[in-house]
Amino acid sequence: MNAPPNAHQGVGVQMRGVRRSFGKQEVLKGIDLEVQAGEIFVLMGPSGSGKSVLLRHVIGLDVPDAGEILVNGESILTPGVMDKFRMAMVFQSGALFNSLTVGENVGLYLSEHQLKSPAEIARIVAEKLAVVGLKGTEEKFPSELSGGMKKRAAIARALIIEPQLILYDEPTSELDPLSAVVIGEEILTLNQRIGVTSLVVSHDRDLAFGIAHRIAVIHEGEILAVGSPDEVRRSHHPVIREFLHADFHREKTSL
Amino acid sequence: MFQNIGEMVLLLGRTLGALPFIWRQRAKVLEQFYEIGNASLLMICVLSFFLGGVIALQTGPLLAERGLHNAVGGLVGIAMAKEFAPIMMSILIAGRVGSAMAAEIGSMRVYQEIDALRTMNINPIHYLVLPRLVALACALPMLVTFSILVGWLGGAVVASVTGQIDIPIQSFFTNMKSVVEVKDVANGVFKSFCFAWIVGIVSCHQGLITRGGPRGIGRSVTKAVVNSIVLIVMFDYVLTRILLH
Repeated sequence: MNAPPNAHQGVGVQMRGVRRSFGKQEVLKGIDLEVQAGEIFVLMGPSGSGKSVLLRHVIGLDVPDAGEILVNGESILTPGVMDKFRMAMVFQSGALFNSLTVGENVGLYLSEHQLKSPAEIARIVAEKLAVVGLKGTEEKFPSELSGGMKKRAAIARALIIEPQLILYDEPTSELDPLSAVVIGEEILTLNQRIGVTSLVVSHDRDLAFGIAHRIAVIHEGEILAVGSPDEVRRSHHPVIREFLHADFHREKTSL
Repeated sequence: MFQNIGEMVLLLGRTLGALPFIWRQRAKVLEQFYEIGNASLLMICVLSFFLGGVIALQTGPLLAERGLHNAVGGLVGIAMAKEFAPIMMSILIAGRVGSAMAAEIGSMRVYQEIDALRTMNINPIHYLVLPRLVALACALPMLVTFSILVGWLGGAVVASVTGQIDIPIQSFFTNMKSVVEVKDVANGVFKSFCFAWIVGIVSCHQGLITRGGPRGIGRSVTKAVVNSIVLIVMFDYVLTRILLH
């Protein structure tokens, strides 16, 4: 559907033979994937298939047992890579700091790294909050926000890094359909506006087919298919067909 | 257990290594310092007054029976300065402040806030552990100094109003002055400085290794307090041995 923007500042991500086990359970069974710079890549699959675990490896929160993850050709585990490439993650829960206000949450990266003056940080925070439709919420605490607002605040916090790669972990989970569409459009807009590479993990079929340039389907730690939304939709793999066409089988009854 | 000890030693080393960055965290140090002082000062005041009083009450009549009225001031002075104030206040701080540290960091761990810090390239040790430890290491010796003074006052008041002891406040302090030296107070304050690091490291470590949900946080808080108290008592013996020489 959508073509990746031509002028982009995003970075490419390569996963080569990534394996990870927790105890005797092998969660990732040799993942090979390539996310191109500037594209929206959606990794979809049922719950417990290893999507979020893979995402944590991509940003260096976890270390694989075998294999490697490269960002623009450099291993994510190489010291200094996190400084060299600007990467951000939007967690499933938002992971906002509950003891800080929304404004402090969003501006934390700049204030902790002392990159701007307090006045400038306040200006940038207001700007980023406006981008995600949360203008004027600087003084609120996360507990005062709805689920959708928390997700958008988390996106604003990711944006302040001016990322080259954003990882989204289930961005539409726990959201009503309208909020889910708003978040999906937010991801699309950011990609088109700043060309950021977006790796989205989701089991939301509508979101995946609505925003992705390419989709990969993961099941029990293995990649079953990679391709454009149309290619994935046409797949004959029984697990993919079952996942994409899962629906209620309700007999029509008259009340 | 050995893994925990190793991790705590590593955490201590990393925190000490982060000390050159403390100026960047000065706002958080002050915030924590205020939290610790504000939360504990009144409690310490009450506890120390009665602690000094009860030492006088327990020892005073026995000494008085043997004609040693005047030794009460020195005994209360030494007991409060070298042992009771540092150990009791450190245990109080472990319960009041250490538990809060473990709960706060543990909750941040469970709700992925620490992961979020790491994705922003913010070192959790610099951001969370260092300010808390430095604030605790500054606040506890001050609180213990305050506790020693209030404890002495409590002992003096009780010794003067208790008929079986009956020593005027002035005589109590005159006797104390002849027995207690500055190094005795310094001894207790130094102990409390060491205990502050124990409480801080144990509590932050328990917070950082928290797993699971609310039950995991509860478990971490309990372990932080219990382990802190056990280590305080053990190190008290070791420090007393060393300081005797």
